[in-house]
Amino acid sequence: MIFSEKYELIRKFARDFAENEIPSEVQDTIDQTGEYPQEILDKMKKNGLFGIKAPKELGGQGGDTLAYVIVIEEISRVSMVSSIYVSGANSLGSGPLMLAGTQEQLEKYLAPVARGEKYPSFGLTEPGAGSDAGAVATTAVRDGDYYILNGRKTFITAAPISDFCIVFAKTDLTKGTRGISTFIVDMKLPGISFGSHEKKMGIIGCPTSDIVLEDVRVHKSDLLGEEGRGFTNAMKTLDYGRLGVAAQSVGLAQACLEEAIKYAKERKQFGRRIADFQAISFMLADMATEVEAARELLYNAAVLKDRDDKNASMKVSMAKYYASEMCNRVAYKALQIHGGYGYIKDYRIERLYRDARINSIFEGTSQVQQMVISGALLK
Amino acid sequence: MENKIAVIGPGCTNCGVCVDSCPFDAIEKTATSMSNVDISLYHGVWVFAEQRRGELMGVSIELLGEGKKLANEIGTEVCAVLCGDNVDNLVDELFEYGADKVYYANSPDLSTYTSDGYTKALYLAILKYKPEIVLMGATHIGRDLGPSIAVKCGTGLTADCTALDIDPTDKKLMQTRPAFGGNLMATIVCPEHRPQMSTVRPGVMEKAVRVPGRRGELVELDVKFKSGEIRQSVLAVVQAAGELVSLTDAEIIVSGGRGVGGPEGFEILKQLADKLGGTIAASRACVDSGWIDHSYQVGQTGTTVKPKLYIACGISGAIQHLAGMQNSGYIVAINKNENAPIFEVADYGIVGDLFKVIPEIIEALDKQ
Amino acid sequence: MKIIVCAKQVPDTNEVRIDPVKGTLIREGVPSILNPDDANAVEAALAIKDQIPGSTVSVVSMGPAQASYMLKECIAMGADDAYLLSSRAFGGADTCATSTTIAAGINKIGGYDLIFAGRQAIDGDTAQVGPQVAQRLGLPFVTYVQKIRELKEKSIIVERSLEDGYEVIEVPLPCVLTVIKELNEPRYMNISRIIDVCENNYITTWDENDVDLSPEECGLNASPTQVFRSFTPTPKGKGEMLDGTVTEMANLLVNKLREKHVL
Repeated sequence: MIFSEKYELIRKFARDFAENEIPSEVQDTIDQTGEYPQEILDKMKKNGLFGIKAPKELGGQGGDTLAYVIVIEEISRVSMVSSIYVSGANSLGSGPLMLAGTQEQLEKYLAPVARGEKYPSFGLTEPGAGSDAGAVATTAVRDGDYYILNGRKTFITAAPISDFCIVFAKTDLTKGTRGISTFIVDMKLPGISFGSHEKKMGIIGCPTSDIVLEDVRVHKSDLLGEEGRGFTNAMKTLDYGRLGVAAQSVGLAQACLEEAIKYAKERKQFGRRIADFQAISFMLADMATEVEAARELLYNAAVLKDRDDKNASMKVSMAKYYASEMCNRVAYKALQIHGGYGYIKDYRIERLYRDARINSIFEGTSQVQQMVISGALLK
Repeated sequence: MENKIAVIGPGCTNCGVCVDSCPFDAIEKTATSMSNVDISLYHGVWVFAEQRRGELMGVSIELLGEGKKLANEIGTEVCAVLCGDNVDNLVDELFEYGADKVYYANSPDLSTYTSDGYTKALYLAILKYKPEIVLMGATHIGRDLGPSIAVKCGTGLTADCTALDIDPTDKKLMQTRPAFGGNLMATIVCPEHRPQMSTVRPGVMEKAVRVPGRRGELVELDVKFKSGEIRQSVLAVVQAAGELVSLTDAEIIVSGGRGVGGPEGFEILKQLADKLGGTIAASRACVDSGWIDHSYQVGQTGTTVKPKLYIACGISGAIQHLAGMQNSGYIVAINKNENAPIFEVADYGIVGDLFKVIPEIIEALDKQ
Repeated sequence: MKIIVCAKQVPDTNEVRIDPVKGTLIREGVPSILNPDDANAVEAALAIKDQIPGSTVSVVSMGPAQASYMLKECIAMGADDAYLLSSRAFGGADTCATSTTIAAGINKIGGYDLIFAGRQAIDGDTAQVGPQVAQRLGLPFVTYVQKIRELKEKSIIVERSLEDGYEVIEVPLPCVLTVIKELNEPRYMNISRIIDVCENNYITTWDENDVDLSPEECGLNASPTQVFRSFTPTPKGKGEMLDGTVTEMANLLVNKLREKHVL
């Protein structure tokens, strides 16, 4: 895609930010300790990264979806876990609010997120409702001006550090997905507790845990959208999350490619740079081509999403599906090029490889994306 | 290119590269006369004798040596211009370092450097005595004073020269300096304006030899300042705390690059430097990362050094760095990457981990 | 306060490479960037704007039309507007002619209280244009500014870096300050400002007529210095690579340096 200066400048900003603020020593420390430095989050906040798409009137940057995916891609190229903090606030956390929030809700919840004062999380997945998101078992029972929520949300990104969570719960057990409603749940309400932090394979540095809701009383003003419309909102929001993951995949794959090229030019075997062997150089050619193909799918889907194109969701799923699988292939080859050195933690590719693995799983597995794509084709 | 014809665009810096790169020799550079300066009226090579707190800067002594060479080629004299407040003792020192004449502006208003004060003193002297060449050190003072005087005199100035020569045909000054971060060298001339002015990088030229008892002619400059005429008021001069880093004077330098890994990595370099009686230095990468102070930086934007021995540890050898050290007597490079460009300029190269190699070198020095 | 910043678009000299065969400078594909010291100058101006409400920051540059990209960066950082001095007549300028053009541009903008510039641009590293602009405007100047201590109503107190320390200098306003990177950390562009600057026009382009200069006063015609020739430095020949175990290489090195009487 040929970009106007606007997107080139946005990319430059994001790249400068990521390269300056998250140097490799810091990336290593995050991966080793699991602690994410507050200073970086503060700088993200100061630079408006939590409100890229939120409107200017609410303290956001007023950017479009293309701007958003470019920023995510560039941050992920340097540190994928860092990009998750940015995408979390911009897509899953604020997406449902922008779709269905009342003016009061936007001012109360979206504006502080855009300004970086509050951090959101997104509570859809449950132990029994993963790919089958409609199987939500958390319940919300009306009691006067309140709803009483009970249930357990699982694998919730940033749950322990979030100020509020967008929780999906059944208000009508008889209606299937049409019985699901959305609530904005303050994480300080009585009855909220968190599970222990999951010990993950990659993207270490962003806490993931369960959220347990026991008789949590949520005021009716925090019902987001109409009762029973929750599932539709969730699915629409997921498109933004999926674009985010596609962008993370492209950025991470780009990083893998760059590491592989650097190593192939440095490493000598049989008296030559390994880059001079066709087995390696063709691998690099394949990797670069796949990264570029995924990037184009991503940008195209982002533009279609903003146009509200009728095929947007399918295109988003294609981008997410292809980019996340591509990212794993490229990470595999990049590590392969590093040989034994790629398997030890001294080399950056070891972390990139672990980080890559989640992309074809979260925000809908590749198989769920195939369902969306084939569903649209066979409609 | 427009219609297959090369067009000089607004971005032209007059660098002359296009002349050489045109495959048809279709581009040429012509100098058009634009000056009405009678250059035959200008004589003598002047060196700005920079002093701080009553001590001559090393670069001024280097320039007296270089100035003498140039003066001999032209067949003229080398003079020093000194500004200060009762620094009479320096006049004799300048004679001993080879100045045929010393122009001396002695005034309490010139005790410390100010842009306005020194500009006026030198400008008036140039106006009156008409030197053909004025050289000053490319120090923070010379690079402040030079441009200011050049505009007052309506002449050109070439910054940060690393070589000066006289064109044998017309005796004009050929001023060579690095550009594009040291990737390109350019020889600059100032054909029709006088004086021809250069600032010269410290540490590049040979110091003049001091001849005790040598004397010359003292010319006192009469400079007076009205109140408020010098607009910069120096409220305080603060000297850097801690040791003064003098890379230009060091005979042996042990220098670290990104490969030292962090501020603590310089410890081992310091041990080797102490062992050899040298000093440590660093590449721009380390300074930019905040591992070490800027005063230690060698390279295009740091200090140019010319020690007897330069040991580059974990320095890849970016061209900016090479620009600042490649004239060292002997260069030793230690780097993990056998393809590092630093090896291209090294006399001796060791491929290996500096944290393993340096202790071995220290041991080897100990036992012999 | 009305603040003007002088900025230049330069090739990123870190990315400049030498053609290994021809030995010439490869300029194709070298990205153009906002000169690093000038980014510090923009930041210095914006910091004052943050401090004193109602201040404005204008950026002025001489260069080809493409330099507007760099000016957009400055505006996206927070500057209010920018002026690009661009004309074929400005081509071939040395620092002397460049300072004439920039000074004319600044005169045309007028009404300034303070002018910032970067100490030097990384393509030429001359550090001359800042003080020369000041001299042409008849303004006092301070170069190598590493810290701004106090901005008063009629003067400013700054620290000027020296090789062996620094000076504290007070100068009356208006004045020209050239700054070094130690002064501050330039802020990033702001996304909403990027969108704004790309959708609206904040950049005015002027040629020599607009700033009341004759063609004789600009560019090559007004440059006392000329490039006689340029060449790529010849690298010193490659030396000897030492072989063996770490201990062997270390001993060998020490022996060789002793043989040559370096040690």
